[in-house]
Amino acid sequence: MQCCAFVLQLYYQVLNFGMIVSSALMIWKGLMVVTGSESPIVVVLSGSMEPAFHRGDLLFLTNRVEDPIRVGEIVVFRIEGREIPIVHRVLKIHEKENGDIKFLTKGDNNAVDDRGLYKQGQHWLEKKDVVGRARGFVPYIGIVTILMNDYPKFKYAVLFMLGLFVLVHRE
Amino acid sequence: MNTVLSRANSLFAFSLSVMAALTFGCFVTTAFKDRRVPVDIHVSRVMLKNVDDFTGPRERSDLGFVTFDLSADLQPVFDWNVKQLFIYLSAEYTTRSNALNQVVLWDKIVLRGESTKLNLRDMKSKYFFFDDGNGLRANKNITLTLSWNVVPNAGILPLVAGSGHVSLPFPDMYESTKSY
Repeated sequence: MQCCAFVLQLYYQVLNFGMIVSSALMIWKGLMVVTGSESPIVVVLSGSMEPAFHRGDLLFLTNRVEDPIRVGEIVVFRIEGREIPIVHRVLKIHEKENGDIKFLTKGDNNAVDDRGLYKQGQHWLEKKDVVGRARGFVPYIGIVTILMNDYPKFKYAVLFMLGLFVLVHRE
Repeated sequence: MNTVLSRANSLFAFSLSVMAALTFGCFVTTAFKDRRVPVDIHVSRVMLKNVDDFTGPRERSDLGFVTFDLSADLQPVFDWNVKQLFIYLSAEYTTRSNALNQVVLWDKIVLRGESTKLNLRDMKSKYFFFDDGNGLRANKNITLTLSWNVVPNAGILPLVAGSGHVSLPFPDMYESTKSY
């Protein structure tokens, strides 16, 4: 009977763990739908928007179609062919009657606009390059993500501790 | 509560909860505040040229030069949850090729604690006012607005337009002088 109780306990732990993981995933996917953005929460990775945002700050994004892109907005965009999202401010827009828009961006802390960052021969960004517009902000919280990226040993240590905690902890 | 470790754990968890509550409080107490103030913009000189757009697409485009005066008192916008204001002067207009154009001419960052009274005379634009094409010539209606992006300590990042904008027409002819 001792062996059965242990196995039940183990199943319970595994299911509990599975519930936590799937709840987190559902919340994330739900956020993606509500905000219209493929990445509703991003961490600021560079200092090009200082003193407003520093590395490690968290941004909440929306990308709703009915919100048109206007100058002054802070957009998070990806350059074609590159993975890393960039957080900069819209400097110039030219929009046609049918809604097609092309725009230029610049980081607050940069001296020049972003044309040097875009692809060779690309002068403008378009709606398809946009991950989202920054609507909310919380400082410092994202430092953990940056630490985990820069120091992989730290990431493994955190995951190991979490796994250990979940398995050992008796509810 | 009888080991250093469990005490440290409780202390840590409590500090985190308090900080989270304070952050949320900062956000909730200023989320619905009206951050508009009156703004006075005056344009003293407008000039128009037509050159190759050297900032990007190398086509002949209209290049505008605007000299302006700005005054505003931004003190009412600041409160305990405002870290800085990103102020920008933008020009908005319509052309035959584009239904809406917006160009930022000038911007400034005002940090908390710095002087909040803006009183600028004879300012030249910081960024080149290139149109996407030749739509500035004889354009009757270019609207200049001063707006600001409120960057909070934590919370919403609103874009607020100051009340008070100015519309100006651009000349019919290009100037070929080198001066500005």
